[in-house]
Amino acid sequence: MKNSLTIFKRELKSYFTSPVAYIIIVVFLIITGWFFTSNLFVAGVITMRSVFDIVPFILLFYIPAISMRTFSEEKKSGTIELLLTKPISDFEIVIGKFLSTLTLAALTLVPTIVYVISLKTLGPVDFGSIISAYIGLVLMSGIYVSVGLFASSLTENQVVAFIVSFLVIFILFMLNKILVYVPAPLVSMLEYISSDYHFSSIARGVLDTKDLIYYFSGMSILLLLTKTSLESRKW
Amino acid sequence: MSIKVENLSKFYGTQQAVKDISFEVKTGEIVGFLGPNGAGKSTTMKMITTYLTPNNGSILVNDIDAQENPIDVRRKIGYLPEQNPLYQEMNVVDYLKYTAELQSVPKENIPDAVKKMIKVCGLEEVKHKDISELSKGYKQRVGLAQAMIHNPDVILLDEPTSGLDPNQIIEIRKLIRDLGKHKTLMLSTHILQEVQATCDRVIIINNGEIVADGTTDSLQKSFQGQLNIHIIIKKDPKYGRDKLVSALETIKNVEKVKIISDDENSWTVDLTATKGIDVREEIFRKIVSLDMVLLELHQDETSLEDIFRKLTT
Repeated sequence: MKNSLTIFKRELKSYFTSPVAYIIIVVFLIITGWFFTSNLFVAGVITMRSVFDIVPFILLFYIPAISMRTFSEEKKSGTIELLLTKPISDFEIVIGKFLSTLTLAALTLVPTIVYVISLKTLGPVDFGSIISAYIGLVLMSGIYVSVGLFASSLTENQVVAFIVSFLVIFILFMLNKILVYVPAPLVSMLEYISSDYHFSSIARGVLDTKDLIYYFSGMSILLLLTKTSLESRKW
Repeated sequence: MSIKVENLSKFYGTQQAVKDISFEVKTGEIVGFLGPNGAGKSTTMKMITTYLTPNNGSILVNDIDAQENPIDVRRKIGYLPEQNPLYQEMNVVDYLKYTAELQSVPKENIPDAVKKMIKVCGLEEVKHKDISELSKGYKQRVGLAQAMIHNPDVILLDEPTSGLDPNQIIEIRKLIRDLGKHKTLMLSTHILQEVQATCDRVIIINNGEIVADGTTDSLQKSFQGQLNIHIIIKKDPKYGRDKLVSALETIKNVEKVKIISDDENSWTVDLTATKGIDVREEIFRKIVSLDMVLLELHQDETSLEDIFRKLTT
């Protein structure tokens, strides 16, 4: 785990040595801010609902964008060879990269706490469901980041990595919205695979183990797939 | 501090990149791994570093099996991959620290290890610069520094001087010689002078097979006496390439005939004669009898370059 931490630190730092992370965070805040204020001032409702409704949509693009370079860039520049010939296991590398990308995603959410604070000055807010929704967003980001890492480990082309992870995430997200077109026996299964289904139940303030199991098992499977994809160089 | 490779094979799909090779590199040796591009040098090195897994055969580094204990083997090895990949956005000191950490150098020794490498590799002036800003020569030094920061027993350098200017090449070669004094060092190259300038021993590989293995002196000696005749013949519409070659092959004591260039007006041909026999006169007479025009003929003794060319074409 020490090695994962070393990689984690380097990766996180590299996000912030280039302007990319800052630009992405600013864009993220502008979009959520617009939804937050328009709801507050136009509709006159004191709620974080509008923010929590829009963030899953932003994540569809945002997570592929921050995770596409994780392995693709190293494959392209050849630094992957340096990394994979160090005395560390492939899985430690995957974990280090996963944690750094997820941390960046979580850090992006931090400034939105300002919205919660400003709501607090205007009236009563339900902290329970807000905290629960934040946890839901981080878990959702977690599963998307795992998809992003896997896609990135498949190719040295960042654009391909972006498109593949976007597609997979989009399908995961949309599954519970197309249930009317699906034969009845498949409904509950597709619903369970859908990332948004679990998020909406968490965002209502209910932290069910069923949802947690979904997120954690999903992440584990995808990270193991990523590790396998790294090992495929040896086949 | 040794590398022992036995019956190593590697396939990429159906193509066999490395064919059943065996060799040993002993403690303190500097071995040049020489071959044309695509001969299987990098593939072999990648297998020693455990980046790739061989389809067949075994690799022992310090008597540790590379397939059974890859992590232990990696600890013993310092590796500079081809093209010298580096994290361009990091500065030199941060990058070396990062490498040291990943190589599990004890935390308290890292500052000293970094300082030492900066000194040995002459990076003092640029240590706070981003790697992307460095010249190619300095980048190569950073690559060497990262390969040796954990004081490995075995150092593998894949084309360490490619893309450098002549002055940088001399500097890097000197650095390699100094660093290799107490280590087992293996470097791959397709440049002959490099082997002559830095290595004690040379392994020549072609099409995935080892075609020669020995000290540069012994190789030269074993090929000595064999004479190389170089001729240029004016083209004649009466004779095609093949006809010329077969005619020349009929000369007594000529062992090998090869057209090395074929331009508008002339053919350049290399001939190898049986040891110790002068065939120049025979060649001249043959060409005259064919009613062709001999433009040039000279004979030279085998250099390492000739050995290389003979073995790899």
